[in-house]
Amino acid sequence: MRDPASEPISDQIWPEGGNARVPFRVYMDAEIHAEEQRRIFQGPTWHLLCLAIELPAPGDYLTTFVGETPVIVTRGEDRTLNAFENRCVHKGALVCLKDRGNAKVLSCVYHNWNYDLKGRLKSVAFQKGIKGQGGMPADFRVDAHRLRPLRVAELSGLVFGTFSADAPALEEFIGPEIIQRMARVLNRPLRILGRHTQYLNNNWKLYVENVKDTYHAGLLHLFFAAFKLNRLASEGGIIVSPSGGNHASYSRRRTIHANPEYDEARLRAARQDYTLADPSLLDATDEFGDGINVQILTVFPGFVLQQVENSIAVRQVLPKGVGATELNWTVLGFAGDDAAMTRRRLKQANLIGPAGYISMEDGAVGGFVQRATVGAGEHAAIVEMGGRGHESQATRATEASVRGFWQAWRTLMGR
Amino acid sequence: MTPDALFEPELQLRVQHLLARYADSLDAGRFEDWPAFFTEDCVYKIISAENYERGLPLAVIDCDSRAMLEDRVRALREANIYEAQRYRHILSTTLIRGRGGAGVMAETPYQVTRIMQDGSSLLFSLGRYLDRIVSAGDEWRFAEKLVVFDNKRIDTLLAIPL
Repeated sequence: MRDPASEPISDQIWPEGGNARVPFRVYMDAEIHAEEQRRIFQGPTWHLLCLAIELPAPGDYLTTFVGETPVIVTRGEDRTLNAFENRCVHKGALVCLKDRGNAKVLSCVYHNWNYDLKGRLKSVAFQKGIKGQGGMPADFRVDAHRLRPLRVAELSGLVFGTFSADAPALEEFIGPEIIQRMARVLNRPLRILGRHTQYLNNNWKLYVENVKDTYHAGLLHLFFAAFKLNRLASEGGIIVSPSGGNHASYSRRRTIHANPEYDEARLRAARQDYTLADPSLLDATDEFGDGINVQILTVFPGFVLQQVENSIAVRQVLPKGVGATELNWTVLGFAGDDAAMTRRRLKQANLIGPAGYISMEDGAVGGFVQRATVGAGEHAAIVEMGGRGHESQATRATEASVRGFWQAWRTLMGR
Repeated sequence: MTPDALFEPELQLRVQHLLARYADSLDAGRFEDWPAFFTEDCVYKIISAENYERGLPLAVIDCDSRAMLEDRVRALREANIYEAQRYRHILSTTLIRGRGGAGVMAETPYQVTRIMQDGSSLLFSLGRYLDRIVSAGDEWRFAEKLVVFDNKRIDTLLAIPL
């Protein structure tokens, strides 16, 4: 008999039209969701775990997720970074319950099984029983067990992890062109300004597509367009990795030429009369010296690096069931920032996050798709702006990086 | 000052009256009235308790002038896209924390339920207002308002101020 589990899922569901068609079923199907956890999140991909500066001292630890799987990240006594699944090898309980802390030993509260900072099992309560009775069998070996480890790699101060032994090295996975764009922003010691946590009522892929979708930015976000922070008519483009999964889009604010397409279309976003009572919000500096005022970068499946003017953040996209997503923002400055620069970044943080002038809509549009497609599992989205491939392009009037996402997704889901 | 020495019925009622009018302007959707509750050089921030307690300065909304509040209202009305929704504030009893030349320091627990057009409602935000209130004659205003929210995770988006 044919084993349905061996049938590539993407071949079962994908319509004609390649990556230029996306079946709505992928946002609502519980089986696909479970397969994604296995083939993508625990497959040969890398995931942002934290920043290296969040764990400065030996014994520092924090908890996070890779996909829906809980993970612990530690700084060992030898100062190396370690990551492993937050699941006791005994009964499967969470080992670390706190968001972050410092410890010499990680103890499961359930039966007091103890692990070192590298996740190795060190002791089992009552291993020898009590008064010669009970206890573990004589051949039970503590050193044969450990919390399931992740490979860990650090890049530009960011800590990534993968469960997969087959994943290529992190640098290879991201690719040289995208790494260069990452290093452009994260080019000196970082400082954490704070975090936002946002809960989105939509499948995780809808948010990732939204981030990759350069077509919508100047259309949905009136604020963006009204202040010429980002219009499709600005000079810019997108770089898509050969795998399709990673991208960087960029634009230069002060390069907007006459844009008859905007004016003729009488787009809602093209208003000319919008001014701020307090323009200090947009008092930005060209701190990277290349005139690029917006750069958005993703690494498959769920990492985002954002530079909007002087507002810099990394985002972690975490699935929470088929129809929900948690979005964790870590907003950054640099260790060398003076008080005025820090204030500038905090003020510009009004542009981003759950209440951001140019990002709040992104918290809602995924939900609009999730709600609208409930009865349309057999229908598909049209993704043809800028052609049908996923090559780099010198325009942002394109959905090339969205198609690239589906290329990467289908490669992993199709085996 | 001992806590009991801060019990001044008139002051207490005055501050609670200001807070009640403030919440009413937002719940009734009279956003244009909202900036007038603040001084011209006010500070208004919505900040998670997590960031606040860790000493991390990042806020969800971070304004340091009344003009920035006016810009928020303008964007709410004309720029930002969000589904029809309204708030219902429930304010608990204000605790006067101090009183001096810089104004009255008041702390007020709040809960805000968000009601969507389909009738679904969500306990959207809960936390406390940390206010510094100054008076000029009969006009009492917020010189500083920190909205410190306990529930870390913001559902969908935050458009209307808290």
